[in-house]
Amino acid sequence: MSSNLSGSSDLIGSGNLSGSGNLRSSINTSARESEGHREYEEYEVIIGLEVHAELLTDSKIFCGCSTKFGAAPNSHVCPICLGMPGVLPVVNRKAVEFAIRTGLALNCEIAEFSKFDRKNYFYPDLPKNYQISQYDLPLCRNGYIDIPADTSVLSGGPDDSPGGRPGEKGSCTGAGIQAGRGPVRRIRIKRVHLEEEAGKSIHEGQNIVESSFSLEDYNRAGIPLMEIVSEPDIRSPREAYVYLSTLRAILQYIGVSDCKMEEGSLRCDANISVRPRGSTRYGAQTELKNLNSFRAVEKGLAFEAARQIDALRRGERVVRETRHWDEARGITVPMRSKEEAHDYRYFPEPDLVPMVIEREWVERIREELPELPGARKERLMKEYGLPEYDAGLITESRAMADFFEACARNYRDPKIVSNWVMGELSRLLNESGKDISEVPVTPGGLADMLKLIDEGVISGKIAKAVFEEMFSTGKAAREIVKEKGLVQIADEGQLLNIIDQVIAENPGPVADVAAGKDKAITFLVGQVMRKTQGRANPQLATRLLRERLQEGR
Amino acid sequence: MTSTLLNEFTAHALHDMLIKGEISSLDIVQAVYRRIDEVEPEIRAFVTLTRDEALRQAMDADERIRRGEDVGPLTGIPVALKDNLCTRGIRTTCSSKILENFIPPYSATVVERLERCGAVIIGKTNLDEFAMGSSTENSGFFTTRNPWDLSRVPGGSSGGSAAAVAADETIVALGSDTGGSIRQPASYCGVVGLKPTYGTVSRYGLVAFASSLDQIGPLTKDVRDCAIVMNAIAGYDPCDSTSVDRQYPDYTTFLVPEVKGLRFGIPREYFGKGLDADVRSAIDNAIKTFEEMGAIPVEVSLPHSEYALATYYLVAPAEASSNLARYDGVKYGYRAQGQPDSVTMTRRTRREGFGAEVKRRIMLGTYALSSGYYDAYYLKALKVRTLLVRDFEAAFEKCDFILSPTSPTVAFKIGEKIDDPLSMYLTDIYTITANLVAVPGISIPCGFGRDEMPVGLQLLGKHFDEGTIIRAAYAFEQATGGAGIRPGLKGRRPESKCGDRGNDGNGGRGSVGGGTCYE
Repeated sequence: MSSNLSGSSDLIGSGNLSGSGNLRSSINTSARESEGHREYEEYEVIIGLEVHAELLTDSKIFCGCSTKFGAAPNSHVCPICLGMPGVLPVVNRKAVEFAIRTGLALNCEIAEFSKFDRKNYFYPDLPKNYQISQYDLPLCRNGYIDIPADTSVLSGGPDDSPGGRPGEKGSCTGAGIQAGRGPVRRIRIKRVHLEEEAGKSIHEGQNIVESSFSLEDYNRAGIPLMEIVSEPDIRSPREAYVYLSTLRAILQYIGVSDCKMEEGSLRCDANISVRPRGSTRYGAQTELKNLNSFRAVEKGLAFEAARQIDALRRGERVVRETRHWDEARGITVPMRSKEEAHDYRYFPEPDLVPMVIEREWVERIREELPELPGARKERLMKEYGLPEYDAGLITESRAMADFFEACARNYRDPKIVSNWVMGELSRLLNESGKDISEVPVTPGGLADMLKLIDEGVISGKIAKAVFEEMFSTGKAAREIVKEKGLVQIADEGQLLNIIDQVIAENPGPVADVAAGKDKAITFLVGQVMRKTQGRANPQLATRLLRERLQEGR
Repeated sequence: MTSTLLNEFTAHALHDMLIKGEISSLDIVQAVYRRIDEVEPEIRAFVTLTRDEALRQAMDADERIRRGEDVGPLTGIPVALKDNLCTRGIRTTCSSKILENFIPPYSATVVERLERCGAVIIGKTNLDEFAMGSSTENSGFFTTRNPWDLSRVPGGSSGGSAAAVAADETIVALGSDTGGSIRQPASYCGVVGLKPTYGTVSRYGLVAFASSLDQIGPLTKDVRDCAIVMNAIAGYDPCDSTSVDRQYPDYTTFLVPEVKGLRFGIPREYFGKGLDADVRSAIDNAIKTFEEMGAIPVEVSLPHSEYALATYYLVAPAEASSNLARYDGVKYGYRAQGQPDSVTMTRRTRREGFGAEVKRRIMLGTYALSSGYYDAYYLKALKVRTLLVRDFEAAFEKCDFILSPTSPTVAFKIGEKIDDPLSMYLTDIYTITANLVAVPGISIPCGFGRDEMPVGLQLLGKHFDEGTIIRAAYAFEQATGGAGIRPGLKGRRPESKCGDRGNDGNGGRGSVGGGTCYE
């Protein structure tokens, strides 16, 4: 992300977070959370996230089965991923490469020697009743990503230095992405390791113990999974949200994961504790599960922070436990300890030989790394003159940024392109729940449409309708305009006829205009637009209307 | 020919006859099944017989031989497989109730290799449940008996394979060896058994006991057959990450009766307390034989030997506790019926499906891996394993192979040790280290001990140097006629015509006729 942070510092400069970067949602989403704000003045919230991301390999991590999502249950399985007797795993080289690529994008050290271990626990969706994972020698460790700090929780004391490295504050110099735009928090990445997915259980009852039967789908079992563990450097639920979206953008950019939380290809568990500001000891932490969306991560943590602070205030102790985020009720509840108490009995996986990661390979992977979101944001600002907000939003998704750039290269004003991409395109994508790769509209198509506006063929208003049509059919703007007769009326004579009708029909507003109430003119232009189904050139219509009214006086 | 039945021959002898068109594979297979029908009720070597499929395979092999297409030394030769080797479409039980009805949809790599050679699979042999044991008494189904004396164990865990070869119920067999499970039963049954260097034979499709120790290997009637089977099964397999990608030799090129100048190490730690006098005297004779052939004895030391058994009983159960976790009643195999929920179902399935020894080792292994104990037990065992490797490296600087007894005793009586696990474990004291240090080892008959039971001589080689121990074993066999005597099924039903054969104990050559007394 940031390329130039002096002194590897955490909090740089000052300013307010709001409106900067990719923070779209308001912090004050509930009374609880806003209450939490005051509390943050007395208490410090310490958060670490464990993120699981499924890798976009074609085949599973230890066998040749497909990783495609959405197939009929138990159709992408074989003796190996079903853990049948006598079968052996063979590591998917691509999965290792993806983990290394991730490590490099997260500024990690890449292990020269790494191995797999077995994590032993019984669960019906775990075919072998052990998970092949990595324990003490993960592929990547000691990385970081920088995010804009949540200034609402900064008190300025040395304890705000994340990662327990007080006194390393520096000021921002040079061209780091956050230069002069607000403080940065460096979230250290403890480790990135590779493991296999489990299958999926559907319990007939509330949970495994209370169900008379459970159904198992092993299609997911053996899909390569990457665990990315942060240090407890996150200082607010908001920062957790930002960290997560930054991480997601990076993983999507480097093409290792599609990070779809709704399909479970990105999952997040959070560890959270609170302590009185100024204290250097960590409080008892709880682990939050069932955080099924970015919003849930933020809301669950906000609830949990407030709950822990409340407890401390009342003089109670926070119990170290795993808690379940109940989305519907908006609270966290303790999880059954029966399903939790585990001694995983890790030991080296004897079916796989340790991996020696050749440096030449790592360097090759590094050279092939694409431009990361932070650098791209910086470039979009420099190259296209985009405001930071636009650049941040557009670069959140690689596909979106690609779309923007392809379009902006073919159009005179990048800011207008940016408005359309962030506005109409994003809106339509959100409404349809589709990915940009799934819709037929092209960057070139958008550029052509924008040119039609410039040429005065269509109005901006009509353009929205045209774009909607392009979005769903992929047809060229010109074609749509022609087919539907949407060409703008720029003929003065034709427009004057309509204007005369409008003046005749609206004596009241006409009188208002005469009385100096200029606002009424907008109403009259609106009536012209209505009569022409939006096809009137608004500038022309306004000018003609004014002239007519002046004439009539 | 008339006095000797086809099932009594070696694979290489049968191959010569097949090539000349004197006999057919079908003849051999039928002879094998006749023998099985005759003696199996008492030997009980097989868990499953695959008669129909075997006859089909025999006819295919005959067709192959008739056309002269792609005929190898194992084409048309009957092979018995230890029942922890997966066979597509044929149930593979590991002699465990938990897999009693498990039919794998895949074959082990070794099985595929044998089938490509045109070998005929005649059945699946009994073992100690999941290969955990030294006598087959831990089989979830029944105990196999030693063909030399039906009141004795055949050794284990590959006891079924060893007994089947010894009793001429097959021509060759495959076993698996985690701590001596090929060599010890080979020794007890008077046949040849080889555990290859770890990584030489693919473990894909071998139901895992202890992954870092398991190796598949041959049990045969002589050393030549052993080399022939090794040629078929050794080799890199991309499906087994622990199989080693290297050039494997033609093992039959080592079948030269010449050991002059070879140095053989005699580890002093292997000749101390616990070694029975009768076994010791057979081994002393073997040492003399080697010296007479011009090999040079060298005393070597393996100073950490006393820790090998303890190390093994941490490493193997630890891996087993994890390997056997998959038998939970969810996906295949036995499932306890009528349970209220899946957690209880799994618990009861394992309680009912596993035998006592398997449970013992799962508990040992689970304990050794538990947090707070890992460093003291499992991790320390790994460190001792490294020390043992160094012991062998040092010893192999002084010698070309190491010579020792295979087991400190001859085959013991059924029931003698079953209630004393520790004394059972001690029967593997000389074999276990080879698995921990991954070196190859062969057991060959070297005469007879107490009660005319066979004694096995173990030769251990350097990593991937099966060649040297095959050569030494072959030379010894040529000098002594080791594999010549057939077992007499002592203790057989009264109607048996078999009496004492009065062999002198060091194997008079050519008395193959021992088996004919059942005609």
